[in-house]
Amino acid sequence: MTRPTTAVGAIRAAEGAGAAEGAGAAEAAGAAEAAGAAGAAEVVGAWREPATARRRVDLPRLGRFLLHRPGLVLAVIVVVLVVLAAFWPALYTSRDPLLGVPARRFEGPSGQHWFGTDELGRDVFARVVHGAALSLKATIIAVAVAFVIGGGLGLVAGFVGRWVEDVIMRVVDVLLSIPGLFMSLALVTALGYGTVKVAIAVGIASVASFARVMRAEVLKVRQATYVEAARSIGARWYSVLGRHVLPNAMGSVLVLATLDFGVSVLAVSALSFLGYGAAPPAPEWGTLISSGRNYLANAWWLTTLPGLTVVATVLSTNRIARALDGEWATQR
Amino acid sequence: MWRYVLRRLVQAVVVLWAAYTVTFLVLDLLPGDPVSTLAGAGADSQGIDPAQIARLKHQYGFDQPVLVRYFHYLTKALRGDFGVSVSTNRPVSSVMLDALPPTLALTGLGLAIGIAFGGAIALLATYTNQRWLRQALLSLPSLGVSVPGFWVGLMLVQLFSFRIRLFPAFGNDGLRGLILPAVTLAVLPGAMIAQILAKSLLTALAEPYAQTAQAKGAGRARVHLRHALRNAVLPALTITGVLTGQLMANAVVIETVFSRNGLGRITAAAVTAQDIPVVQGVVVFGAFVFITVNLVIDLVYPLLDPRIAVGSGGRGPSRRRSGTVDTPAGGGALTTPAVEPAAGSAL
Repeated sequence: MTRPTTAVGAIRAAEGAGAAEGAGAAEAAGAAEAAGAAGAAEVVGAWREPATARRRVDLPRLGRFLLHRPGLVLAVIVVVLVVLAAFWPALYTSRDPLLGVPARRFEGPSGQHWFGTDELGRDVFARVVHGAALSLKATIIAVAVAFVIGGGLGLVAGFVGRWVEDVIMRVVDVLLSIPGLFMSLALVTALGYGTVKVAIAVGIASVASFARVMRAEVLKVRQATYVEAARSIGARWYSVLGRHVLPNAMGSVLVLATLDFGVSVLAVSALSFLGYGAAPPAPEWGTLISSGRNYLANAWWLTTLPGLTVVATVLSTNRIARALDGEWATQR
Repeated sequence: MWRYVLRRLVQAVVVLWAAYTVTFLVLDLLPGDPVSTLAGAGADSQGIDPAQIARLKHQYGFDQPVLVRYFHYLTKALRGDFGVSVSTNRPVSSVMLDALPPTLALTGLGLAIGIAFGGAIALLATYTNQRWLRQALLSLPSLGVSVPGFWVGLMLVQLFSFRIRLFPAFGNDGLRGLILPAVTLAVLPGAMIAQILAKSLLTALAEPYAQTAQAKGAGRARVHLRHALRNAVLPALTITGVLTGQLMANAVVIETVFSRNGLGRITAAAVTAQDIPVVQGVVVFGAFVFITVNLVIDLVYPLLDPRIAVGSGGRGPSRRRSGTVDTPAGGGALTTPAVEPAAGSAL
């Protein structure tokens, strides 16, 4: 690229480079979405930075993309089903998850009771469906805590630099040196039991990786010429941050959040399996699996089917994360 | 070289001290002290004499200012003394030492099984010409990181203890009791090893030296095992630190599933009883193991791979560690094993 002589030329060239870089390094959600458009824009020499071009969604391309990936379609369907179950459990079942019919204890899966019934004659399917709300709530809290705190720390570290960055990143290194579940367990010891507390404990355990990824992305974006250009035309630091750095650094962090979703489902269910989550009658997924543990010998469905639900959910979010992380950007 | 070793040692000690401080802060500054908990949690502690509570608090040092407590405990911890377990009244260090051997046996066997199966999956997946077989094998690791460990354990118990009565469901007796928990524990490291090894094997097979070897008449198996594998193993080695951290953490859950004695069981019980000294001891021990393993890998890596020069005072090889993401460069950086270790951190 030739050295521009006028100020406008500089900005155009700079943001053109930004767009090109966006297309080249678009590894994740936001940036990836924009990549197609940015790639096209590059040809006509447009000067937009990647994030502003994201509004255009290439429907035919999306269709082709999904058509070649039946597994991904299935994953999306599973996630949609889980979200629906969390918000409108009545869509799936009209049975009460807490009310048992003592006469119908330990009935195997049937047309009547899809997932069978438990030791009190409660419908396990209804319990799994109603448990989705609890598990999803915990997971969302966990991811949000990690995203906000970790992302915030990484953003400050990458954007401010100097000693602030050093201090934050050393703290992050230390957090990384404590195995995640141990960190959660220490927090649960201090905070006490309950779905929300477990969720916060799980979230804080993954703060460090969010901070790392966010900082790395911010550092990368901060060096981009369009940021320099925005600064040189006198944009305030907060508008540079909000309009240029943050939207472009967000991509990888969103992929990490998707990935962390599956991690958190597993972590929350492990902690509630250990008995630190929702109190017993509440049908949280980990609690369901752990309460079926006493009846392994005579009622296989009590642990197997709720467990399969967890596996399907985590597999699906991981599959979606993988699609966001690269597959979409590299497909032509 | 020695300056580099010394520098890394000092670094490791500093991180360990910081990890101790973090756990102290988490466990100490948050509301609730173990004595009040033992006495029956705040409001409904009428039955217990307040003077007795005060005496207990004094005995455990909870009536001192935070900083005094911190330095008091830190100097004791430096001598390997992590205080006295609140619930069992035994020294934390001896509680942990007693619990260590069964956990070591479990995690050791788990890691061995994980390495064997993970390695076999990676080798077979990259060696086979059968497209379907390769696809099937390569999808196993992502399944492995998506299943809750305790659920796998329960499924194995159901199948092998209750259906075909091959192994005992619970307890500590001998090797037979060790197999199911070790297999359960092996799922995650196996999946992670398979993932990273398959990836680096594919990279290695595409390198010119693999072609050269083939051109010189080496068979496929020879190129695969003698040339590619030797180079591909090194990247896999770098996740050992993450693997050990996770093995220990997962032992907490797995030992509970199988009702085995060990460090994990102690941890779970300590969390339930809000036995802060034990929880702190275990967490610091976890950090210690993680830091030590990473230190050893950093120091051994240049010996295994002479291309990594250890500059005196330079950055050293630590940047190559892939257990943590430094910069997710290029597509697919996040869903590759670099981050996915975290994906199982709570199996």
